[in-house]
Amino acid sequence: MATSTTERAQRVLTGTHFMLGNYAVVEGALAAGCDFFAGYPITPANEISERMSQRLPAVGGKFLQGEDELCSIYALSGASLAGAKAMTATASAGYNYMQEGIGYAVAVEAPIVIVDVQRCRGENFASQADVMQMKWGPSGDHELIVLAPSSVQELFDFTIRAFNLAEEFRNPVIIMSETTIALMRERLVIPPAEEIEIVNRRYTSLPPDKYLPFKANEEYGVPDFAPLGEGYGAIYSLNPHSEEGSIDWNPDVFEQLYKRITGKVTQHRDKICKTQAFKMDDADVALIAYGSEVRPCMDAMEMARADGIKVGVLKLDTVWPVPEEQIIQVANHVKLAITVEMNIGKYTREVERLCCAKCRTAVATKNRGLVHFPEEVYAVIKEVWR
Amino acid sequence: MSQPINPLRKYIREGKLPHFFCPGCGCGQILNAFLQACDELSVDPSRMVIIGGVGCTARIPVYLKGDVLHGVHGRTLAWATGIKLHKPQTKVVIFAGDGDVASIGGNHLIHAARRNLDVLVVVANNFNYAMTGGQVAPMTPSQVRTMTTPFGNPEPSFDICELVVTAGATYVAREATGRPVQLERTLKKALTHEGFALVEVLSQCPTNYGRYALRSGDPAVTLKWIMDRCITKAQADKLSKEEKAGKFVLGEFVDFKRPIFCGSSVYDLESCECCE
Repeated sequence: MATSTTERAQRVLTGTHFMLGNYAVVEGALAAGCDFFAGYPITPANEISERMSQRLPAVGGKFLQGEDELCSIYALSGASLAGAKAMTATASAGYNYMQEGIGYAVAVEAPIVIVDVQRCRGENFASQADVMQMKWGPSGDHELIVLAPSSVQELFDFTIRAFNLAEEFRNPVIIMSETTIALMRERLVIPPAEEIEIVNRRYTSLPPDKYLPFKANEEYGVPDFAPLGEGYGAIYSLNPHSEEGSIDWNPDVFEQLYKRITGKVTQHRDKICKTQAFKMDDADVALIAYGSEVRPCMDAMEMARADGIKVGVLKLDTVWPVPEEQIIQVANHVKLAITVEMNIGKYTREVERLCCAKCRTAVATKNRGLVHFPEEVYAVIKEVWR
Repeated sequence: MSQPINPLRKYIREGKLPHFFCPGCGCGQILNAFLQACDELSVDPSRMVIIGGVGCTARIPVYLKGDVLHGVHGRTLAWATGIKLHKPQTKVVIFAGDGDVASIGGNHLIHAARRNLDVLVVVANNFNYAMTGGQVAPMTPSQVRTMTTPFGNPEPSFDICELVVTAGATYVAREATGRPVQLERTLKKALTHEGFALVEVLSQCPTNYGRYALRSGDPAVTLKWIMDRCITKAQADKLSKEEKAGKFVLGEFVDFKRPIFCGSSVYDLESCECCE
C-alpha cells in the first residue's frame, strides 16, 4: 500500500502488495499513464474514485467528481480529445447512464476507458448480468472492446491493457469488473515501470490545412490524432461525417465510416482477443467462463479430473469482441462445452453459435447474487456429461 | 463585376455555405454578432473549441473554423468540463438552444455555473424545440400554443439568467437579435470574461414558434413579438414584480470575479489519509 509521501507521488508502485481490487484498477491506470479521471459516486466502485482523488493530483493529473454519470462520460471524451488518457469507473446502474456518451466516443474515435463493477439490481451482490449490455448498450453500430479480469492481479494488468488498446484503436475499452473481485484483497505484484508496456495514440505529423481527422492512417487503419485547441479545425460530431469531419448525409460516406470504425476492431481480433486454456489438451469437456466465474471452474475441473472426467477450462480474458477462433478451436477438440456464468444465461448464446454442429453445449447459470460454488459447477458437469 | 466579400467570411469553414437555417431565423444574426465581436477583439475563433449540442442553435459551430464538438443533446458543458480541466488555456465557447441547455442539459448548466467553469455559453432562446418541429420547451411562455401544447402551455417558463446567477455564474446578460449593436457589445464583454459567462439571446423562430404560437410565419412578426416584450434592466428596476410579468429584461445581471474551476490539483500530501 502507498503510505509514505514519496510513494504517493509515484506513478508506478513497484513491489508486492496485498491490495483491494478497486485500488489495483487505480494503480493499473496510473501505471498506464492515466491523467484524467471523472466519476460519480456509486457502490461498489467508490474506492476507485476515492483513491484516484488522492493519487491522481499527486502525479499531475486531474480528478473530477461529476454531477452525474453523463458529466463523467462526456468529460472523458472532452479530455481525451484534448489529449488526455481518461478513465471513469461506475457500477451497473451508472453504466446505463453512460451509454450515449460511449456511443459518442465510438463515433468520434475518442480513446477512453470505462470500469464497470457489475452489481445486482441496486444491491451490491455478485453478478455478470450485464455481459451483453457491456457491448450492446449504446445505440447505433459500434464495436467495443471488453476485458474480463478474474483476480486483483488481472484488474491491474487488464487496466493497463485497456488503456493500450484504447490508445491503439481509438475506441472505448471497458473493464468488466465485478463486486467479487473489486472488493477482494489479494496479492498484487507491480513490476518496475520500465517493464510495463505502454502504447500511446499516434499524433499526426501533417499541418492543419492537410489534416483530415477521420482519414485512417493507411498502415494502421486508425486515424492519426490532433488534440483540440491547436488550430487543426476538426469537427467531432456524432452525426454521419466525412473524413474531414463535416456532417455528411451521403449514404456511401456513412457506410464507409462505420465499416472502418467497426472494422478497426473486428479486423484486429488476433491482437485484441485473448484467452487462457487450462488442461485443454486432452479435455473431453470444456468449461468456458469469464471474470470471477473462472475461479470455481478451476476447482470444478480438478474435482472432475479426480473422478476421471477430463475437464479443461477456457478463460475468456476478452469477452468482446468474441474470441471466436479460440472458442471454435475448443469446440473442434471437445465433446461438450459448458458456459459457466452468473446470470440467466447470456454469453452462452455466443458460445452456442460457435460450437454449433461441432460439439454439444450446455450452460451453468446462477443468478442469485452469488458466485458458483465449485460443487455446483461439478454437479452440472456430472449431470450433462454422461 | 466582383461581389464584395463579407470580411467575417474568413472565419467560416470553406464550402459550408449556404447554411441550413430557415429564412428569417435568428441563428444567423447570432453567428454574425459573435464573429463581429471576435473580429473587433482580434481573437481568432479558429483557435477556439466551439461546442454545439443538438438543435438549430447547435449547428452554429459547424460553420466555423476551429475545433468543433457537436451532436449530443444537452452535454455541451460536460464536454467543456473535460476539455478545460485537461487544457485550461483553451478558449471554449458553447452555442446552445433553450431546450438543449435548460432542459436536457439543465443539471450540467447549474453545476458548471456553480463551479465557475471558464466557458462562454451563448443561449439562443427561441422559446421552443425548433429542429424537431416546434414542441414546448422550458422557456416557452405560459399559455402559449405549440405543437405539444395545443391548448396552451400549462407550465410557467424558466428564467435561465436568474437560474445561473443563483447557481454562481460570474457574467450573465440577456440580449435580443433585434438589438444587434447591444448584442455584439455584450458578446465582446462575455468573450473577455474569465469564468462562467452566459449570454441569453432572444431569437426569432418564424418557422415553428412564429407559425404555431403567433400564427404567422413572417419573421418580422416574431421579431416584433419579442421586441414588444423587451424592457431594459434600468426600466425593470423601477417596476413591481406584477408589472414585470411577461416582460423580457435585457441587460447585464452580474459581472464579477471569483476563482475559476481547475479540478482538484491543489493538495497536501501529508494531510491526505483517506486511502490508507
